[in-house]
Amino acid sequence: MANRISMVVFSGTVDKLYPVAIMASGAVAMGMDVDIFATFYGLDAFRKGQPQANQKMDMNYAELAPMLGQMMREKNVPSWYDMLRQAKEMGNVRIHACSMTLDLMGMTKEHLDPIIDDVVGVGEFVSQAKEGEITLFI
Amino acid sequence: METAEKTRIVLDARGSFCPGPLMELVRGIRQAQVGEELEVWSSDQGSRRDIPFWVQKAGHELVGVSDQEGYTRFVVKKLR
Repeated sequence: MANRISMVVFSGTVDKLYPVAIMASGAVAMGMDVDIFATFYGLDAFRKGQPQANQKMDMNYAELAPMLGQMMREKNVPSWYDMLRQAKEMGNVRIHACSMTLDLMGMTKEHLDPIIDDVVGVGEFVSQAKEGEITLFI
Repeated sequence: METAEKTRIVLDARGSFCPGPLMELVRGIRQAQVGEELEVWSSDQGSRRDIPFWVQKAGHELVGVSDQEGYTRFVVKKLR
């Protein structure tokens, strides 16, 4: 078994991108490899400029969003994107863009933030995830 | 990073949330020499379990844990 955590990141709201970055950080600290497959709204969150601009929150918790945002600013919590970048500097974190979503949106890798490593199809990602014990859908 | 006592590197991660202090320790250990001691200061509750767990798993030595007002000090010796 590969010592790896795989994540399908489907969501593009900040509240769900945080656990992606935090799980990736924890995994890297524990010496695990991390493979992230960004698809749909999750891939939209990696469009150039989006990591800095996106402030979307889960609609179910919309009334909490301003309060959470303020608390995080007050307590200097790093952005999910900065946390993910740091995890990437510390360990083996690979972030893959879903080729289908890119085709659908008429985009190429050039439209995405440079934190994205490559563009892969679902078959390749699933085959790699199969080698590890943990796969999350976020 | 600042040096408190002669040989101990202090990583002040107070105010940083889980897994921030652990990440600072991992980074600090990587940069340290074998035999050196590091001291991590953390106000994050998760560190209390996360840091000892990581130290054991990574094969280093937890020299001491001491509770201060509002934070905890972890002393870790790099063994390999």
